[in-house]
Amino acid sequence: MTAVHCLMVTVRGDDPRGRALLADAHAMGYPALQSATISDLIFFRGTLVSDVRDDLVSILVDPLLQSSTWSRSGGVTSDTSLMVESVLHAGVTDAVAEQLLRVARRKGWPAHGVATGRRIELRGEIPHSLRETLIRRLLVNPVIEHWVIDSLVEPVFAQGSAETVEVFGESFVSGDSFPPVIRAVQSVHVTYPVHLPVRTDSDLEALNRARGMALDPAELEAVRAYYAVHGGVAPDIELEMIAQTWSEHCAHKTFRARITSTTGEEIVPLLDQLRRATAQIDAPYVVSAFVGNAGILQFTPGTTFAVKCETHNHPSAVEPFGGANTGVGGVIRDVLGASHRPIACTDILCFGPADTADALLPDGVIHPRRVRSGVVAGIADYGNKIGLPTLAGAVLYDPGYVANPLVFAGCVGMANSPYVAERPLPGDRIVVLGGATGRDGIRGATFSSATMDATTGDVAGASVQIGDPITEKLLVDLLADGRHLYRSITDCGAGGLSSAIGEMAEGVGADVDLDGLPMKYPGLAPWEVWLSEAQERMVVATADPRPLSEACERLGIHCTDVGVFTGSGRLVVRSSGHPIVDIDTGFLHDGRPTRNMVARLPQPARIAAFSEERSDPSGRPGASSSSQPMNVTELEAILLELLAHPNIACKASVIRRYDHEIRGATLVRPLVGEPIGGHVIGHADGTVIAEPLAPNGLALGIGVNPWFGMTDPERMGQAVVDEAVRNVVACGGDPDQVALLDNFSWGDPRREETLGDLVATVAGACEAAVAFGAPFVSGKDSLNNEYLGKDGKRHAVPPTLVITAVAHVPEASRTITPDLKAVGNALLVVGMTPVALGGTHVAMVRDVSLSSVPPFDHSAPSRYRRLHAAIRDGHVVSCHDISEGGFAVALAEMAIAGNVGFNIHTAPPTFRADARDDQRDASEMEVLFGEGNGRFIIEVEQRHVGAVVASLSGEASVIGTVSADEIARFPVFGAERMAVPVAALRQAWAGRP
Amino acid sequence: MSRRPEAAVLTAPGTNRDPDACLALELAGANPVVIPVASLLDVRSRLSDCDMIVIPGGFSYADALGAGRLFATELDHVLGDHLSVAAAERRPLIGICNGFQTLVRLGIWTREGYRLALGHNADGVFTCEWVNLVPDPMTRCIWTDGLEGEVSCPVAHGEGRIVCDDATLMSLSGTGRVALRYVRNPNGSRGDIAGLTDATGFILGLMPHPENHVVARQHPGVRRGIGGGLGLRIFENGVRHAGR
Repeated sequence: MTAVHCLMVTVRGDDPRGRALLADAHAMGYPALQSATISDLIFFRGTLVSDVRDDLVSILVDPLLQSSTWSRSGGVTSDTSLMVESVLHAGVTDAVAEQLLRVARRKGWPAHGVATGRRIELRGEIPHSLRETLIRRLLVNPVIEHWVIDSLVEPVFAQGSAETVEVFGESFVSGDSFPPVIRAVQSVHVTYPVHLPVRTDSDLEALNRARGMALDPAELEAVRAYYAVHGGVAPDIELEMIAQTWSEHCAHKTFRARITSTTGEEIVPLLDQLRRATAQIDAPYVVSAFVGNAGILQFTPGTTFAVKCETHNHPSAVEPFGGANTGVGGVIRDVLGASHRPIACTDILCFGPADTADALLPDGVIHPRRVRSGVVAGIADYGNKIGLPTLAGAVLYDPGYVANPLVFAGCVGMANSPYVAERPLPGDRIVVLGGATGRDGIRGATFSSATMDATTGDVAGASVQIGDPITEKLLVDLLADGRHLYRSITDCGAGGLSSAIGEMAEGVGADVDLDGLPMKYPGLAPWEVWLSEAQERMVVATADPRPLSEACERLGIHCTDVGVFTGSGRLVVRSSGHPIVDIDTGFLHDGRPTRNMVARLPQPARIAAFSEERSDPSGRPGASSSSQPMNVTELEAILLELLAHPNIACKASVIRRYDHEIRGATLVRPLVGEPIGGHVIGHADGTVIAEPLAPNGLALGIGVNPWFGMTDPERMGQAVVDEAVRNVVACGGDPDQVALLDNFSWGDPRREETLGDLVATVAGACEAAVAFGAPFVSGKDSLNNEYLGKDGKRHAVPPTLVITAVAHVPEASRTITPDLKAVGNALLVVGMTPVALGGTHVAMVRDVSLSSVPPFDHSAPSRYRRLHAAIRDGHVVSCHDISEGGFAVALAEMAIAGNVGFNIHTAPPTFRADARDDQRDASEMEVLFGEGNGRFIIEVEQRHVGAVVASLSGEASVIGTVSADEIARFPVFGAERMAVPVAALRQAWAGRP
Repeated sequence: MSRRPEAAVLTAPGTNRDPDACLALELAGANPVVIPVASLLDVRSRLSDCDMIVIPGGFSYADALGAGRLFATELDHVLGDHLSVAAAERRPLIGICNGFQTLVRLGIWTREGYRLALGHNADGVFTCEWVNLVPDPMTRCIWTDGLEGEVSCPVAHGEGRIVCDDATLMSLSGTGRVALRYVRNPNGSRGDIAGLTDATGFILGLMPHPENHVVARQHPGVRRGIGGGLGLRIFENGVRHAGR
């Protein structure tokens, strides 16, 4: 046996990783911990003479920064209270180990296996009873790692058992492939595939449960009927494929379902509603909508954009870093699969509150703090490494996301040739490009479509994928300018090859041989190969694979011809010469019965009625039911509380971790305004990208508001479309050239109320999209975002619709930002403030009782056009949309970003949207903090005020001026006239004056 | 008009700011030629034909063993001291961000007797923001030669903090090795050092990205009436010296 050596590397002095770990530990309730030391463990199997050891140290250790030892000692020292060593499970991608093997090979070192691990040493008191919790919640991720306490961990060499070392040592692909892989000789499973009885309902029900197929009774019946003619038995691999293909994730069963309301009303299938809206708008710039991997837009001749947004919720809940990381990788491949070069990423994140008490966490749920740090790191890692700016985004916090965090990742691509989607033709070769196949992410689609529970993290271990952005970057380099290399293309996402080739083979048929595929390690069963969701792979159809394989060789990308599209209509998969799948693609894709579902439509209260005037026990006046001025201290307190609310507060520390400068095309950045203490911290409404020398650009905006949705889903649907469009208009986008992406994350739609909320939201979103003339071009639904706690309770996410707006920016030189620019300029409010506080943030921090969610503003579309014209005229120097926190918060944000004050001499105009039982005017709370749609604050030079007011046809009113004294004054509000220093606003919002 | 100098842009898997560097080189008057190290066998001969060399930013080999480590190992394996020789032959060489990390790991400065390293940023995380740079008046670097005023451009890195002892810092300053300093230090770098040159003055290694400020509208302050020195000027300097 060859020996195993371990090099332990420790950072000298202050280690930021240890510091971050300590901060998390303190925040999670381990205040007595004093320090944390993290060391990297690098294991080598082989004979290492001292020269080789010295060489390894010179490559792995920087003596100025790190110390190292080849003889790590076991056990805890006297001052260490806990030592945990961990290593990755076999099969989890270990990029560092892969790279080291590459170096070892180049240098001729006799290292047969490399693995990495980590040692964490903690000092300070830890109650013994809490050790296990601390380890599981903070130090390791049980889904991908195993660990030992106070002793030395044994490495797991992913490369396999001892007898495979020889195979491993010799079967590297020659040359400089990256990453190194093996072409494994698979052992033939003579008993494979296993044929399972599918004759009776109980057969099927048992299978459904045992294999986690997540199919419903009607679907199981269709399976039974199909296999009845095959003797009532089904190969397990075909059942797995059917479960994947028919999963909610892949088949969008609910969006295609026949829905009836509880009152007997037939509801147009949801996907049809979205498509009809797009068809009705009939926008000339839509090249392709709801087809293939992404929506395609063309605003100017010769350039098209591909746009797509995906969710990666379940994987991010189980392994936040890997889940978010591969979410980004997946949506980038969607854009590649639409034959476009990726140019920018977006991210919208929904987490549980960071201060959620440990005791409130359902069993098996990772603490929101750790979910957040993992997700943010995962997104930053993928985008930064693949070289794409991560631009538009949002971070939301709500207790409803504790057990089900949501991660929406978007991507924009650009192409200069006309976009033509093609289907494979019989005779085309099937070629798999990119990364090697391993045991990553098996059964991801069914996993994503099922409710999670406390054991999900354990059993779903195989559903976790780890990304490799460098390999995907090589795919980008190959494919972005490689349209001539293939006829048809799709990415490997959920379901892996089974889904990618299965979709391409629809109606054509294919004959696939798995034997030649590159493997990460030997020993995979054929079904694992077929279903693996190993990342960074694309499948193409091409009549002539030679130019493709030559291009791949130049770039160092694996390229494997796995078979042919046949024209037979059947999908046949072989392994070691044996057919293991032989299924009718017609059945696979069209054999699923349409779902019949029932929706209980919501009946939200739509009255702008406060209950009578109340005072809380502290003597603070509650919501005023008259226009009497409120206590100014209270108004100021509310303003500061709202600015500090996690949904509104500064996100600069997250945003700075994403590279938003790469490509040099970011024109309106996510962070804008005057640097404060060296940092720009103000937030943009939308972002604009424009190639450095191009005259025009593209604006990206996001709309999301689950709090409206919890009260009035239809109005949420309207409001988030409005918000997304508003955000692109606010930075210079043309409201007449906007397209939308819709992403729904919902609970289990088989519950009538949940489906009812979804139906109402779709209706609202479609109505608003038609009103704005903004077509939907691509979307994705992620349903069943629920967690079944051990307490038997279901924890569903709030109804969450994310709309991404993509708009043409006709003049890159006419883009604007929200930071206030110059003292003396006029401030105008555009639009009217409705009397409505339902679902608003002020309603979260103060008791405001019953009130309707702000209604859709039907005059918004024409108003946005006029505002855009004023921006094009160069008359608007700053523009900020009014959203979370309302008018006062929007003004405060503009002042903070511009580092100047303002003086509001006129209250913004209001209107009553909903019927109410009294005739009072809007209260100061409603005016200052209402979150009505369709509104902006703009800054205009005094000489242009007349022109702007005229061009906005009375929908803009002058309300104040930018002032020199760095004080935010609202003299028309509050009994003693509100006035807050901008430094105090900033302290509340950003935690610094 | 004389011949446009050829600029070799060396890339590894994971290099990602090569298009940005190529645009800067084109605008500065050079012809960029991207040479992946995957085609290492002919890199040496192709390098000999080039008038200047650029190692752009990115995450070569995913930063797998530390930023720039593997790229340096590769370049060392194939090129030996070719890069130092190129500089000695008065061919300008610039390493940006990951390229700078690679040059440090290659030992450009260690070989000159300066014990220094690029460590994790002081706050421990990747940071992306705009910075202003001032050329050190003592520098012998041809890339910053004669630059008027500050250079504005973004940083985007997690491991950009110059680590060295007091004596090394004194010595770097005293021998004109410091090419650029941050006006406001984003990463805790010793002596606010943003960029270093070598004994010849033809090598510049720097963490910030001058290639991302080649047209005025890229500056984030334009809407506030604030501009800043173009990073393009650094490339123009390099191209001017490459032509000689």
